[in-house]
Amino acid sequence: MKLNLKHIRWSHYLNYLVIGIFTLVMAIIALTGGHINNSMLFLLEKIAVSIILAVSLSLVVGFLGELSLGHAGFMCVGAYLGGKVAAVLEPSIGNGVGSLILGLVIGGAAAAVCGVVIGIPALRLRGDYLAIVTLAFGEIVKSIFQNTSDASFGGALGLETPRFDKQYLFIFAFLLVLLTLAAAQNFIRSKHGRAVTAIRDNEIAARACGINVTKYKLITFTLSAFFAGIAGVLYSFSNYTVQSAKFGYNYSIEILVMVVLGGMGSINGAIISAALITFLNTKLATVLTGDLAVLQNLLYALILIIIVVYNNAPALKSFRVRYNLHVFFDKVVRRGKDPSHRSDDRAKWDVVPTKIEMNEILSIDLKPQNLSGDKPTHDDSKGGKG
Amino acid sequence: MELFLSTLINGLSLGGIYAMIALGYTMVYGIAKMLNFAHGDIIMVGGYVIYVFMAFHNPLLAILIAVIFCVLLGMTIEKIAYKPLRGASPLAVLITAIGVSYLLQSLAQIIFGSANKVVTVYDFGSVTFLGVNVQISALVTLAITVVVMVALTLFVKCTRLGRAMIAVSEDKGAAQLMGINVDGIITITFAIGSALAALAGLFYLLKAPSISSTLGAMPGIKAFTAAVIGGIGSIPGAMLGGLLLGMVECISYKITAIAPYTDAIEFSILIIILLVRPTGFLGKKRREKV
Repeated sequence: MKLNLKHIRWSHYLNYLVIGIFTLVMAIIALTGGHINNSMLFLLEKIAVSIILAVSLSLVVGFLGELSLGHAGFMCVGAYLGGKVAAVLEPSIGNGVGSLILGLVIGGAAAAVCGVVIGIPALRLRGDYLAIVTLAFGEIVKSIFQNTSDASFGGALGLETPRFDKQYLFIFAFLLVLLTLAAAQNFIRSKHGRAVTAIRDNEIAARACGINVTKYKLITFTLSAFFAGIAGVLYSFSNYTVQSAKFGYNYSIEILVMVVLGGMGSINGAIISAALITFLNTKLATVLTGDLAVLQNLLYALILIIIVVYNNAPALKSFRVRYNLHVFFDKVVRRGKDPSHRSDDRAKWDVVPTKIEMNEILSIDLKPQNLSGDKPTHDDSKGGKG
Repeated sequence: MELFLSTLINGLSLGGIYAMIALGYTMVYGIAKMLNFAHGDIIMVGGYVIYVFMAFHNPLLAILIAVIFCVLLGMTIEKIAYKPLRGASPLAVLITAIGVSYLLQSLAQIIFGSANKVVTVYDFGSVTFLGVNVQISALVTLAITVVVMVALTLFVKCTRLGRAMIAVSEDKGAAQLMGINVDGIITITFAIGSALAALAGLFYLLKAPSISSTLGAMPGIKAFTAAVIGGIGSIPGAMLGGLLLGMVECISYKITAIAPYTDAIEFSILIIILLVRPTGFLGKKRREKV
C-alpha cells in the first residue's frame, strides 16, 4: 500500500512533535553538560508522571464516560512492585535501564491485572456505583500495602527504593510519555476507540449496534490501569521512598482535576493541564507553607466546580458555543478557516441526547402533517426546567 | 459473653451514627438521583458549628444553630452547584459533588486550622450493665436515630410533601405534570439531608469530643455503603445498613486489631454487596428503559 503523505492529518501528530522536541532539547542540554539543577530534574520527572496519569485516566473518564476514583490505587500497585524490583536488582545489576524496563513490565502488568480483577465485576455497574467501587479499591490497596510486613513492602513507613542511578531519568520518563500518548491516541482513533466513545455517548444505542460493551469497557479500564502502573513505576524510580499514604483518595482527585481541567475527552488538554498543575503545585509548595498549603486544595475544588458547571450546565449552552477556546483558536490563529480539522474525540454530552426520544421520531415518521402543530415533547430525561 | 456484649454495644452505637448519615444519603440519592459526596462534609461543618457555639455553654442552642446552619448550607450548595447541572450528564454532577466536598474540607481547614479541636457537648456519663461499661451517649444516639427514622418514614408516607417526594423519585416528568414543584422538592430533600448530617455531627462529638476537617469524609463514604446495603432510597433499609455496618466495623476491629484493615474489610463488603445485590436488602429493582 502506498503511503500518501497528503492524506495524513499532520495536526494529529503535532503533540508528539511538541513533546519530542521538548525532550530532545532538554536531553541535549543535559547531556552536553548544560546545567539543569536537581530540583528542575525532579520537576520534569514529576511532570512526566502526571502526564501519564492524566492521559490514562482520561481514557476512562473522558472517553469511556465512567468515573474512576481509584486511579491512584493502580499507581500504588505499580509503584510498590517497581520499587521492589529496583530494590531486589540493585545489588546485582545496579539500578539502571535494565531494572527500569523490568520494573515497568512487572509494575505495569501487575496494575493491569488489578485493572482486570476489579474491572470484570465492577464494570457491570455504572455511574455512581462504579465510582464508589473504584474508590473502595483504591482504599483497599492503600491499606493492604500499609499493613505489609517491613521485609516485604515496608509497612506503614513505606518501601525504600534506590533512585535511578543515572542522573537523567527524565529522558526515559518523557519517552514513556510519548509511548503512552501513542498508545492512547491510536487506541482512541481505532475502531475500538470509536466503540468506546459510542458507549460513552449512548450505551444502549451502542449495544444495539452490536458493540460488546463489557469487552470494550474492560479493555479501556485495563489499558488505563496499565499506564497508571507505569506512572507508579516511574514514581518509584524518581523517589527514595514509596509510601502508601500518598496514593489515597486525594491523589486520585488531583489526577481527576487534571483531566477535568484539560477538558473531558481531550488527550492534549489532559497533557497540558497535567504539566501546568504539576508545575504550579511545585511552585506553590514553596510559597504556601504550613497552614497555607491548604489553599491549594481550595483552588482545586474551585477549579473543579467552576469548570464542570461551566462545561455542562444546560443553561449555559449558548454561551459556551459562542465563547470557547476553539472559537478563539479558529478566529485568531486560523482566521476563520474551515473548522473541519477539529478532532471528533471530544465529549459531546451537549449534543447527544441521553435517551432516544421515541415520540419525536414517531411524530416525524408517521405524522408529518402534525409537525406544525403542537409536537409532543416528552422530556422525562431532563426533569425540572432543564 | 462480656466481649460479645461490649462489641454489640459498640457496634450499635457506631451503627447508629452510620444509620443517621445513611438516612440523609438515601433521601438525597433516592430523590435527586445523585451521589452527594459533600454529605459527609456537612457532618463536619455541623460539628464545627457546634464547637463554635458551645462558647455559650448551651448544648441545645448550639445544636439548633448547627442544624439551621447546615440546612441553609445544604440548600445553598444545591442551588449553586447542583441545580445548574440538572439535566446534564450524571458524571458532571458527581464530579461537582466531589469538588464541593473538597471545597468544604479545605475551607474548614483554612478557618479552623489543621489541628483537632476539642469540645465536650454534654457528658451523659456511663452505666454498668451486665458487667459491661455502656456510654449513655451511645444509647442516646441510637434512640434519636430510631426516632428520626420513624418520623421520616411517617413523613414520607403520610404527608402531602412526603408523597410528592415519592412521586419525584419515581418519575420527575410525570410529577411535574401533576403540578409538583420538582425543584422545590429537591431543595427540601437537601435541607432534610443536611439537617440529618448536622445531627450526625453531633453524634460524632458525643462519641469522641474531637473534630477535624476530615471528620466526615470517610464516614460519609462508608455510610453510602450502609445506604447501599440497606437498599438505596429505602428509609428502614438505611437504618438496617447502618447498624450492620457498625457491627461489621467493630467485629473486624476486634478480630484484626489493626485499624486500617477494618477499612479494607468494609470496602470489600461494599464491593461484594454492590456486585451481588446492587439494590440492597430492602431496595426496589428498577429496569432501565430506552
